Amino acid sequence: MGKAFGAVAGVGAVGSLVAMKKSWDPLPSVKAAGFTTLDMSIYPEGELITEKWRGKPIFVLKKTAAMIAKQTESQKARDIVVGDAHFMLAIGLCTHLGCIPAYIPAEESFLCACHGGQFNWAGEVTKVPPPRAFDIPPFKIEGTKLVLGEVGPEYQKMKDSGITL
Amino acid sequence: MAHFTEATSVKDWLNQRLAIEKVEKVMASEYWIPKNINFLWAMGMVLAITFALLLVSGIFLLMYYQPDVRTAFYSVNYTIMRDVDFGWLWRHVHGVAASVVFLVIYIHMFTGIYYGSYKKGREMIWISGMLLFVTFSAEAFSGYMLPWGQMSYWAGMVITNIFSLGGLHLDGLVEWIRGDYVPAQAFLTRFFMLHVLLLPLAIMGLIGLHFATLRIPHVNNQDGEEIDFDAESKKYLAGDKAGSKVMRFANDFMSKDLMVVGFYLIFFFYLVFFQYGFALDPVNFDPADGLKTPAHIYPEWYFLWSYEILRPFSVNIGLIAFGFAQVIFMLLPFLDRSPNAIPASRRGAFSVWFWALLIDMIVLTAMGKLPPEGIFSTIGLVAALAFIVLWIALPFITMNEKKA
Repeated sequence: MGKAFGAVAGVGAVGSLVAMKKSWDPLPSVKAAGFTTLDMSIYPEGELITEKWRGKPIFVLKKTAAMIAKQTESQKARDIVVGDAHFMLAIGLCTHLGCIPAYIPAEESFLCACHGGQFNWAGEVTKVPPPRAFDIPPFKIEGTKLVLGEVGPEYQKMKDSGITL
Repeated sequence: MAHFTEATSVKDWLNQRLAIEKVEKVMASEYWIPKNINFLWAMGMVLAITFALLLVSGIFLLMYYQPDVRTAFYSVNYTIMRDVDFGWLWRHVHGVAASVVFLVIYIHMFTGIYYGSYKKGREMIWISGMLLFVTFSAEAFSGYMLPWGQMSYWAGMVITNIFSLGGLHLDGLVEWIRGDYVPAQAFLTRFFMLHVLLLPLAIMGLIGLHFATLRIPHVNNQDGEEIDFDAESKKYLAGDKAGSKVMRFANDFMSKDLMVVGFYLIFFFYLVFFQYGFALDPVNFDPADGLKTPAHIYPEWYFLWSYEILRPFSVNIGLIAFGFAQVIFMLLPFLDRSPNAIPASRRGAFSVWFWALLIDMIVLTAMGKLPPEGIFSTIGLVAALAFIVLWIALPFITMNEKKA
């Protein structure tokens, strides 16, 4: 009797937990609005432009000739090349707890006001607490355009080599 | 079926059906409180009154608040503050009470620690109280989301990101909690639900449990004296009120309680009418903007100490330290190995531990408010380490304590 009651109640409990979990999932409309196309030919050199994708800020920095010349190997691996232009493109949220770091052009670096984290112009961490460089959003290069939210071969390569999560 | 007779009065009618005289005795006139107490024993009643103020002001705010990302900010800052007659009063009462309730909770907690009121059968009082602290924290956080200002949004962003648990990268869990990639409509509506229904229900249930945990061990006293409540209450009922070590909850203890509550309410309404600004962060008077982080983000003052334990470390160690700070208070009855349930002042090394912990938490609170730069970073790091060391040292300090 106890076992039978327990079994029936257990099935009901699991069923309702599944329903409750699913009700908290992001809605289909939220998931569907996840693509943004950027025209990469319009960005000025050395100036940080913030775009928006899935409600998150996207940092776009067209690198200057001086920056390209001094890139290290690890910085080259994060480099996004569209035509003959080089970009630092990343989700503009601190990888610690998600504040938006401010770009300081004079120092060519980012400072997060929340917990004091710092990143350089290539998006790498120069001061903790952030645990890793800026995350790079899924992207696909189409001519001079770039689609955020779609996975292209360049992005897949970065993901496979562990450059971004 | 029970036997009912024709009622001689309304009271008798109720008494036959609800045993109201018996209930009154159990709950009030024969619920015994020690006489050897001071004003700190009134903090429970002060908290109950503050919770009632939060509930009543919350009901009035709920009638005009709109949980929609497009209108929430204006429903609070325009409709409630300017259109609704006395709307400002409810908001200021709600905001001030939300802040002050934590001040009184901390006083209540440290009173318990000082007098050893978590030991010898009083463990469940402490544990249910700490569960109340956790639910009150969740209630405060969810309420802070509702005006949908810049601080609401960015506090929501930062706190929900904690659930990715650093190196574990549980981004899916964070998106599940938010119902979106960033805090948006789904997030606001579900935190609204938590704030006005689920968490208040939990709080009311836990308050009931907290009161129930007091019944058997009874309230502690200033000297940690073990009182024979049966013998002392018999003495009181036999007429030796002066000789008995106990008094009735009502009206004896309540009259003392309500005097403290009276002084408290003067202070409280002084804050509501003249100093309400401390409970309303100026940054939160800018509407939420997901593309602009405020220059300096900090939580309300009552979360600063635990925030400062998170901040000085790299992400994973910071989260472990933060998690430690959240659960360690719960374990206090088991970490204190001493058999003595007496005031800290008579417990030697524990007395030093008590004051060191209190001062350390005040330092952490102050550093949490300051920008994470230079000397403040260093002091914050030292204070965070001191907090952890103090708690690890507690079992060893108390183990060697002599039986008093």
